[in-house]
Amino acid sequence: MTGAAAAPRRIELKAERDIAAARSAVSRACDELQASALRKVRFVTAVSEIARNALEHGGGGTLEISASRAPRRIAVLCHDNGPGILDIDQAMRDGFTTAGSMGKGLGGARRLVDRFEIRNRPEGGVEVRMSSQV
Amino acid sequence: MADTASVYLVEHVLLVAIPDNITDTEIMSLQEELSTRIVSDGARGVVIDIAALEIVDTFVGRVLAQLSSMARLLAAETFVVGMRPAVAMTLVELGMDLHGSRTALTLSHALRALRSEGLA
Amino acid sequence: MKNALQTVLALLGEDYDSILQAWLETQKAEGVRRPDLFSDRESRRQLGDILRGLGEGISRSDLSEGIALDADSWTDLRATLDEVTQERVERGVSPSEMATFILAMKQPVFARLRERLAADPTRLIEEITQFSRVVDALAMHTNEHFIEARDQVIERQRAEMMELSTPVVQLWDRVLTIPLIGTLDSMRAQEVMENLLNAIVEHSAEVVIVDITGVRVVDTQVAQHLLRTAAAVRLMGAEAIISGISPKIAQTMVELGVDVGEVTTRPTIRAALAHAFRRVGFSIEKVENARG
Repeated sequence: MTGAAAAPRRIELKAERDIAAARSAVSRACDELQASALRKVRFVTAVSEIARNALEHGGGGTLEISASRAPRRIAVLCHDNGPGILDIDQAMRDGFTTAGSMGKGLGGARRLVDRFEIRNRPEGGVEVRMSSQV
Repeated sequence: MADTASVYLVEHVLLVAIPDNITDTEIMSLQEELSTRIVSDGARGVVIDIAALEIVDTFVGRVLAQLSSMARLLAAETFVVGMRPAVAMTLVELGMDLHGSRTALTLSHALRALRSEGLA
Repeated sequence: MKNALQTVLALLGEDYDSILQAWLETQKAEGVRRPDLFSDRESRRQLGDILRGLGEGISRSDLSEGIALDADSWTDLRATLDEVTQERVERGVSPSEMATFILAMKQPVFARLRERLAADPTRLIEEITQFSRVVDALAMHTNEHFIEARDQVIERQRAEMMELSTPVVQLWDRVLTIPLIGTLDSMRAQEVMENLLNAIVEHSAEVVIVDITGVRVVDTQVAQHLLRTAAAVRLMGAEAIISGISPKIAQTMVELGVDVGEVTTRPTIRAALAHAFRRVGFSIEKVENARG
């Protein structure tokens, strides 16, 4: 059907290199959807933020990419292996930081995408879902 | 590590082009190398070309801002050049306007500005 | 296994030309033929492609379990339908016209089925029911694609209009201006920014004048958009000047507590231009004994 999705891609976030791998995989997925330069850059930047967050605070994790053509949307699901976030609202605020970063990461990512959901998974770790029309 | 950034000295100005997909560690060591080289080479200017960067996230943005502040303490002016339009818009939205760095369209624009200030 | 639509399949093979002709005439009678938009040849090609794809799809499908248009056997027909829909959307047919266009296929086939299967009413009912389901599925698929294709057309037209309404003008070597008119909502502010930044790259511009003389209201949000634009322009390595700030707008901005920071502002485009010329190393001189 017209709404058929391309095969989702999975990236294991274990080392710093994997952040770059996540970025380029999402970038390619955006290219396949013929996303505009701006929409692509916004989404890929957000992916970079959540992938780094998963690696730095969650001790690594997994990022899954899915794309749909009708409407043209890109989505990622990222979960980490960390202890979770104590106060999610606080973590989303600009300027909040626990690891010496400037703390614009998660809040920034949320501003760059259409939909952003973050939660502590019952089985442990933080899960972020984001999607944007491209 | 074949595509790691190389730093060149031209007319008392340190030039570096950051390759796309540079890792966090690589860009941190670049920051360190630049601060060492500013002193050892007696550089008065630093030009960082980011035209190859498809995206600049808050981490890279923060390193660029820190680099400029650090260079200024060592009496060198930093120019960030070649930023792509979509990157500029995204950075502004992230609230990172790099106000500590100077900017120019291209390397030659930055060199011209540095020359007119007697720094190159 | 007997194909549930074997008679239809046979008709599509033997009676192809007359079915096509009858379909075309039904469309005419229903007023959805649109000869103003499509030539006779184009219409025949579209219908021919659909009928061929339909025949192939039916022959390759097992219809005993109902019709699943997203199965592989219907790939070619789906592509053909999408193509025809796209062509018709581009020329401006309505959704109901598009649906009737497809559904008009039923009558000619039903008429022929009634002739062929006059002696076998059970089979007749079965094939009519099945074929009706197939055509309904085609119409539904077409409708889905129609909406999607029309959204794309609208989006494209909107983008074109937006570009027309925010023209970036080169005033001089390395100096650009963008005269803003009307209201500046978030959507439009983003388009303005994108156009402006791309133009900076294209013209290697060093100064851009954002003229807001024609902007009706400058509230906190509009002021934020303007300042963000100036910040993005600076990140690119150029300088933004906001011009056309009337005394009234200046007053409002101060009352709203808007801080323009280091952004250069000028009351008129003329004052902004003088500043821009100095920036790029030109000066304007009065010529003695000038005529005119």
